[in-house]
Amino acid sequence: MFAYYLDLALRSLRRSPGLTALMVLAIGFGVAASMTTWSVFRAVSGDPIPWKSSRLFVPQLDIWGPDSRKKGGYDDIADAFDYTDAVALMRDHRGKLQSAMYQVSPSVVPADATKHPINVTGHAVFGEFFPMVEAPFKYGSGWGAQDDANRAHVVVLSDKLNQKLFGDVNSVGRSVSIEGKDYRVAGVVAKWNPQPRYYDVVNTGGFVGDGAEDVFLPFNTAIDVGMPNNGNTNCSEIPKGSGFVGLQQSTCVWIAYMVELDSAADVDSYRNYLDGYMRQQKQAGRFNWAPKYELRDLPAWLDSEHVVPDDTKVSLLVALGLLIVCLVNTAGLLLAKFLRRSGEIGVRRALGAPRAAVYAQFLTEAGIVGAAGGVLGLLLTGAGVACVGWVLPKDIAALARLDVSLLATTLLLAVVATVLAGLYPTWRASRVQPAWQLKSN
Amino acid sequence: MTIHPMISALRKHKAGVVLIALQIALTLAIVCNAVFIIGQRIQRVNRPTGLNEQDLFLVSQQWVGAPAGDDADSIQKLDALQREDLATLRALPDVESVTPTNSLPLLNSSWNGSASINADAKLIGGNARTTYYFGDENFLRTLGLHLVAGRDFNAGDVINKGFRNTTEPGMILVTKALGDKLFPKGDALGKVIYLDGSGTPSTIIGEVERLQVPATGGWVSAFTWNATIEPVRLNANFSRYAVRARPGRLQAAMREVTPALYKANPMRVLDDDSVKSFADIRKEAYRADVGMAALMGVICLILLGVTAAGIVGLTSFWVGQRHRQIGVRRALGARKADILHYFQMENLLIAGIGAVAGVALAIGLNLLLMKHYEMDRMPVLYVLAGVAMVLALGQGAVFAPARRASNVPPVVATRAA
Repeated sequence: MFAYYLDLALRSLRRSPGLTALMVLAIGFGVAASMTTWSVFRAVSGDPIPWKSSRLFVPQLDIWGPDSRKKGGYDDIADAFDYTDAVALMRDHRGKLQSAMYQVSPSVVPADATKHPINVTGHAVFGEFFPMVEAPFKYGSGWGAQDDANRAHVVVLSDKLNQKLFGDVNSVGRSVSIEGKDYRVAGVVAKWNPQPRYYDVVNTGGFVGDGAEDVFLPFNTAIDVGMPNNGNTNCSEIPKGSGFVGLQQSTCVWIAYMVELDSAADVDSYRNYLDGYMRQQKQAGRFNWAPKYELRDLPAWLDSEHVVPDDTKVSLLVALGLLIVCLVNTAGLLLAKFLRRSGEIGVRRALGAPRAAVYAQFLTEAGIVGAAGGVLGLLLTGAGVACVGWVLPKDIAALARLDVSLLATTLLLAVVATVLAGLYPTWRASRVQPAWQLKSN
Repeated sequence: MTIHPMISALRKHKAGVVLIALQIALTLAIVCNAVFIIGQRIQRVNRPTGLNEQDLFLVSQQWVGAPAGDDADSIQKLDALQREDLATLRALPDVESVTPTNSLPLLNSSWNGSASINADAKLIGGNARTTYYFGDENFLRTLGLHLVAGRDFNAGDVINKGFRNTTEPGMILVTKALGDKLFPKGDALGKVIYLDGSGTPSTIIGEVERLQVPATGGWVSAFTWNATIEPVRLNANFSRYAVRARPGRLQAAMREVTPALYKANPMRVLDDDSVKSFADIRKEAYRADVGMAALMGVICLILLGVTAAGIVGLTSFWVGQRHRQIGVRRALGARKADILHYFQMENLLIAGIGAVAGVALAIGLNLLLMKHYEMDRMPVLYVLAGVAMVLALGQGAVFAPARRASNVPPVVATRAA
């Protein structure tokens, strides 16, 4: 029976090629616009570490008080740490794993004297950072608590920097000259560039294109050698001391912080700890407002930092609107097309076809239009995703890509949406009174 | 022509009418908002920075093994390195002038703070927010800024200090926008202000017509034109130089920079991004805006095309369906023009209903975007233009099928259906 309906549908569609082409084009463009913007949205709103994101938390402490929110125009409490509190929380060590981190941009001098020095980016972190974010190691590993405490000169390199400096060899134990000081390579991270860069959204804004981080150094060592931060510094008052040391003594915030808490009980006790910490700070006379803190899990944190650009959301919304218009358009055209065949329906019904048969026949026809629109949509989506490169910022465009799931979704969306659009016209067709049609002829 | 028979005819195809009207309403709502977004982005991209952007480029570099400390000795060593670079750049044949700087408009790397007319106000309690530019006596000339009052810095005014040293200089230039904000009477010249809650007075010795802040994000919208220029060479282990090439010699000057700087001092980092024309800086800064405008433009075109095609399709169908009735009307004396006008009026009626619903939807969508995505309120003009546009679109789309209808010969009436 299905083959028969297929045949009927194809005949019907061939009878009015203009109308058919119009419907297919509308569905194709509508679906392609939606799927192209969806591919971008999916790329930027994805969970960077889905198996663990609900166990990673970012604390925030209200060290600037309500005034900064009122006059400074911030709607949230400080979203990064000053040095004092970052060090205090690391020392208290109440989470399972935790790390304070700040962005650095040191220069590296290649051992080969004929090469010019290069500039690299990276983070100063604690040893627990690596197991916490589950960084994949190609060679070696991160460093231990002992190295943190001893301010050891160790470094973890990216695969790319390792290749540049040593070629593709296991360089663990070899020495790298960073800002004029020698560091021993502890490990090399395999290709790893989570998007968004969730462990330090404050300094990266979330998306940093294809540039994976080149180096990770121990936090204490970086502070010790005076390696300045290369990211955002926000102050509610000007530091009294000068230089990087002055920054460390100030209430300016420039350090990102993340902690892993594995159970609800751990989260509760960590909240208690933060609350107690802030109360204690108030008692010590550091500030005079009601103690306030936030502890957000990673998805909530990314949301509060507005990691997904508004433009991406607006584009998706507008493209979905376009799809709806295309479907309304298709529904109108199908309605016209189906009702034109009232006579034919009347004959079929008079000869004993039940309403269900009329449904099957016309929904098959809608489905074929949808499938054809879907195939066109696939081609256009491919073109669309290829074009986002010159429409969107590089760092975001690089993330949007075609894959099987996107293609399958495109096709499915086209067929399902068109069949939905065809429901009302089909219902009207099935209501055709056979007697009237036969009489008028 | 009376409307009454038209309405009763439309009652026979309620569903088709509703669908077309709905489509027109949605199209109107989306196109209005999309065009509004496009307009806003174009306006943003076209606002002048205040610079003479022609022949301007930026050099960013980092020294290797330079002193990292903030002690006086390190600072003087860093300053010597910087002065050496400035001399090297100024000696290049295709370079007209050079200034050290911490940033440029649209570079999205900035140092911001607050200016106050009172001493020791808190940083967050100042009278106006401002960005800071640090340059020497060549800053105005190199960037092509216009002085509207007072005087420019001279060589004797310029000091040097460490990157994180927060002492304030005794004299500054401000933009007219910042001067007027602090002193609404327009008499900022010669007045004293206090920067970042400091107790040290800084005298305004001149006003610059216009200079944009480096950041382009939404968060600077409150102080986009508030800039303070300090006569300071900032000393750190990195530096930036704004360079003006001789007219038409931009490419040549840019090519000369890297070898010359390496020759002067090889212990430094210069990479692909180190020498950048201002045109590239502008392009990068507004890439997202241009892209968004392009995307909205494409979506608008598709929408209008689909809707127009939909109207053509459905009207054609109706014309076919009423073939015989048209013949009868013609046989009873209706002129071709009457038939044409009938379909045109019918379309105007449907598009009118759609447009009314569309105005409500357009405003609703704008409110939704305002609430969630920091969009501005859409001026009524956009909605009115949108209404005119969908009505025109309807008339344009209906013309061909209506013409075909008007060509139905009266003899059709005599034939069996």
